[in-house]
Amino acid sequence: MSRKFFGGVHPFEGKSLTENCPIQVLPAPEQVLIPVVLHIGAPCEPVVNVGDHVNLGQLIAKATAAVAADIHSSVSGTVAAIEPRLHANGKMVQTIVIDNDMQDTIDESVVPHTAEVEADPKALTEIVRKAGIVGMGGAAFPTAVKITSGLGKVDNIIINAAECEPYITADHRIMLEQPEEVLEGVRMLTKLFELPYATFVVENNKKAAINKLREFVKDDNGDIRIKVHKTLYPQGAEKQLIQSVTKRQVPPGGLPADVGCVVFNDYTCWAINRAVKTGMPAIDRVVSVTGPGIKNPGNYRVRVGTPVRKLIEAAGGLTDNAQKVLMGGPMMGIAIYDLDVPVVKGTNCILVLTDKENRSVAEPNCIRCGRCVAACPMKLMPGTIYHYERAKDIAMLQKLHVTDCIECGCCTFICAGRLDITQSIKMAKAQVNALRAKK
Amino acid sequence: MQNTDIKLTISSSPHLRTSEGTSSIMLDVIIALIPALAVSMYIFGIQALIVTAVSVIFSVFFEWAYRKLLHKSKTIGDFSAIVTGILLAYCLPVSTPLWIIVVGDFFAIVIVKQLFGGIGQNFVNPALAARAFLFSYPVVMSTWVKPLSYTSFLDTNMTDAVTGATPLASLSNSVLPEGINLMQAFFGQIGGSMGEISAFALILGGIYLIIRRVITPRIPLAYLLTVAVLTFIFPRGNNNLIWMAWNLFSGGVMLGAIFMATDYATSPITPVGQIIYGIGCGLLTVFIRYFGSYPEGTSYAILLMNICVWLIDKATMPRRFGYTREMKQAEKAKLKSEKAAAKEANA
Repeated sequence: MSRKFFGGVHPFEGKSLTENCPIQVLPAPEQVLIPVVLHIGAPCEPVVNVGDHVNLGQLIAKATAAVAADIHSSVSGTVAAIEPRLHANGKMVQTIVIDNDMQDTIDESVVPHTAEVEADPKALTEIVRKAGIVGMGGAAFPTAVKITSGLGKVDNIIINAAECEPYITADHRIMLEQPEEVLEGVRMLTKLFELPYATFVVENNKKAAINKLREFVKDDNGDIRIKVHKTLYPQGAEKQLIQSVTKRQVPPGGLPADVGCVVFNDYTCWAINRAVKTGMPAIDRVVSVTGPGIKNPGNYRVRVGTPVRKLIEAAGGLTDNAQKVLMGGPMMGIAIYDLDVPVVKGTNCILVLTDKENRSVAEPNCIRCGRCVAACPMKLMPGTIYHYERAKDIAMLQKLHVTDCIECGCCTFICAGRLDITQSIKMAKAQVNALRAKK
Repeated sequence: MQNTDIKLTISSSPHLRTSEGTSSIMLDVIIALIPALAVSMYIFGIQALIVTAVSVIFSVFFEWAYRKLLHKSKTIGDFSAIVTGILLAYCLPVSTPLWIIVVGDFFAIVIVKQLFGGIGQNFVNPALAARAFLFSYPVVMSTWVKPLSYTSFLDTNMTDAVTGATPLASLSNSVLPEGINLMQAFFGQIGGSMGEISAFALILGGIYLIIRRVITPRIPLAYLLTVAVLTFIFPRGNNNLIWMAWNLFSGGVMLGAIFMATDYATSPITPVGQIIYGIGCGLLTVFIRYFGSYPEGTSYAILLMNICVWLIDKATMPRRFGYTREMKQAEKAKLKSEKAAAKEANA
């Protein structure tokens, strides 16, 4: 229960808004918009044409690059268009638009794989790949790629159920409502990696979920070991989680596998379990629609490709003083300006903030309080980077190891002078990376 | 859907900020300084309040006027000028004529702080720099009113006030002060600058600041421990412990360690740097007290360390996450071999 990683901050948790709201199923919309980029990595290649009929769970875009994940139709219906549409990341992305026929005809490729996995745990990697599962905690890194990069190198499997971002309760609800499914997924991964146990990390602000899981995990030395960590942001950041569980530090520019660790989100485990038991690929997910700017906050099971507008409508709409709509949590989420952008596989939250949460000022001023240095989990000097970024001193930015930044946002959060430090660091990283690419 | 025409704001993450900002921090510092003012008023009478009030009013006025004249944004709302005003008053004798205080405020706010760009940009502590500047009036700056010597609490006539020596003056002659005991000194019944007399009140304020997380204990502890250790080891012919206690409770070292050396703008931002800076302040304070011609060394010690802050920060950059000793050595070896190769190529 102690503080085990560097720095960190403790923002207002805000989880009470939705932590007691059971997951409601949001009916599929009349039209879904499925971008060919639902993950971190290269875009997929569409394998359907305009006018084609597609079934629920049918492969509609195939991963061609090494880091990518297959994309499946989240409804049954007709492909209405394949054209660039606005993505939550702010770019125009090739998007497969499907008119829903409201039949939810399940594709014939959706068949259980339980027997295969029981016969050979190694078959799981291929099933995960074909189901297009990505890291469901928000980062959306293709899970199959993660498995392959870690196989044979790791001695520690960590399940990330920290859900350290304020307001989000999607992971909390899935652990509370379907704990067996989550734990079953964890067991499959543990068997795949041929390890004796997995460490399951939850933050201590999710008492209900912890108690529920403990009902199913009685043995403290069994194949799943639940660890309760003190709530501190960014507990759920991969490097920080590894540090707090194993005391190992992922080297700069390295991967978790370099220190013998692999980390999966608890919701990813749930998705893996479903892909094995029913064959259903990643076509929906639980999204917390919450925040002070939402009339009736709640948790919803939503099809991938549903426009954000539908979620907000389901939750009673925006309040009059709503100011920002975020996809993701308040610390790392993306502010969107068009409510028609679709939910993607990594969308764990639609958060609406009001003008009351906005504490930015017109003329921010560094008072050198040093709080950013104390809060930085990567042990950088964020305030100093800010000043050198403004001076465009790229050589100095490299010396300050700006590319180590995980963009958790602690520095901006804690800044007494109200500087946008994280934003500056992101720009600095882009400049340093561009320079490296040139060389 | 309702609210379709709502205007959405976009910005880079994160979208939350802590409620603690510059003004709330400065307000905490002001609160922490109140006990010292209360003791000062008890010891020196109402004049202590008047001196402080004048200093605050003119600090804020100069900040407001400078920013107004140069068409810059209004900054008096961050309360930092109030803190500077209080701190300057605290390091002056209570008998300082008010016009000299106004000169000091001008120097602190306009010359030291605003000319360098305002809050956070000054490289020396404004209050201490102004105090050093005011030594252009040496007689005024070393006239010490005797504690509890006022005839009436509301007496503001300082010209015929009873003056006396401060404990520091006798300490600089290697003699323990006479006529007062350590307890009296600890609670503030001694001569000296207005705000520095009561170690007790200052420690109270310091604890408040640490609890409120405005400051970390690093700088004050490193500073005070250094002074304590040095004075304990070199008691100049006195009892070690008593000599050490007198050195800690008299003069400006408590005020300096808790409120001046911890000034954000002029102290290091790295944890290791803060400790080095605190130790440096302590060393210089004792050196000046022992070997200088002037009995007090706190303000000059801090000013000298202020100008080293950039160097300390640079030298004490925290070790980045995941960076091991082996990596450091490998990198050093690589740099060395590269340099050698370059030399060979040149030759």
